[in-house]
Amino acid sequence: MPKKKDFILIGVLLVIALVGLAVTRLLQHQSGASVTITVCGEVYGTYPLNQSREIEISDDKGYNKVVIENGSVHMEDADCPDQYCVQHAAIHSSHETIICLPHELVVEITGGEVSDVDVITQ
Amino acid sequence: MTKKLTISALLVALAMIFSYVEVLIPFNFGIPGIKLGLANLVVVVALYLLDAKQALIISVVRILLVSFTFGNMAALLYSIAGGLLSFVVMVLCRKIKGLSTMGVSVAGGISHNIGQILVAVFVVKNLNLLFYLPVLMIAGIITGFLIGLVAGLIIPSVRKALQL
Repeated sequence: MPKKKDFILIGVLLVIALVGLAVTRLLQHQSGASVTITVCGEVYGTYPLNQSREIEISDDKGYNKVVIENGSVHMEDADCPDQYCVQHAAIHSSHETIICLPHELVVEITGGEVSDVDVITQ
Repeated sequence: MTKKLTISALLVALAMIFSYVEVLIPFNFGIPGIKLGLANLVVVVALYLLDAKQALIISVVRILLVSFTFGNMAALLYSIAGGLLSFVVMVLCRKIKGLSTMGVSVAGGISHNIGQILVAVFVVKNLNLLFYLPVLMIAGIITGFLIGLVAGLIIPSVRKALQL
């Protein structure tokens, strides 16, 4: 049966996790301006978040279809076996990522600070 | 010896069934990597009923078999990383006086998720993946808590039934 030390350990770990959660939420607070797609550690392309478009990436590792619409990004389709990237919720805040591990592909929200400037200059 | 072998084989089979059942349950939080980790129940039980060496063999054989049958090669790397880190942490925690299956299992759940995310960071070469860590830690605490609770309840009866 659980003992006192179990709950101390769980409590300490929970505090660490919650502090980490607060810090990450704070860093992800600002909404991003662009979407950067990286394949195998190399930048594949950077796209503005406020323009809807579909990006299809096809290489020897596999196929992914990234869709930007209404200021957020999601993985529309992929031929990876686990489909985690397709199930992933749409992202829009800075530092948020969608990862397709089997294809070593990362969709990342970047450049939070320039978003207002872009809107004005348009 | 034969008894030990039979029990180990039974536990591997059970862990495989647990892994398979888990694939069948649609468990989607919009964040990858969150699952109950039912198979870890078997590893925790093995750690208490048998010894560390036997539990390690059960864990590794389970991961290999599940990856080859239901999974894929990409998943194998992450499962092994998570499984081994979690195993080492659980063996160490077991040695701490005053910790029950609950604490051991929570520590194992968290380290499993940490191991997987570290491999992922290494593979895609993007440190922003670490933003998932706090959420995955909380998930590891909750699932580890549940698994630890069940393990604590069933270990006495299983020990009695198997006459260990």
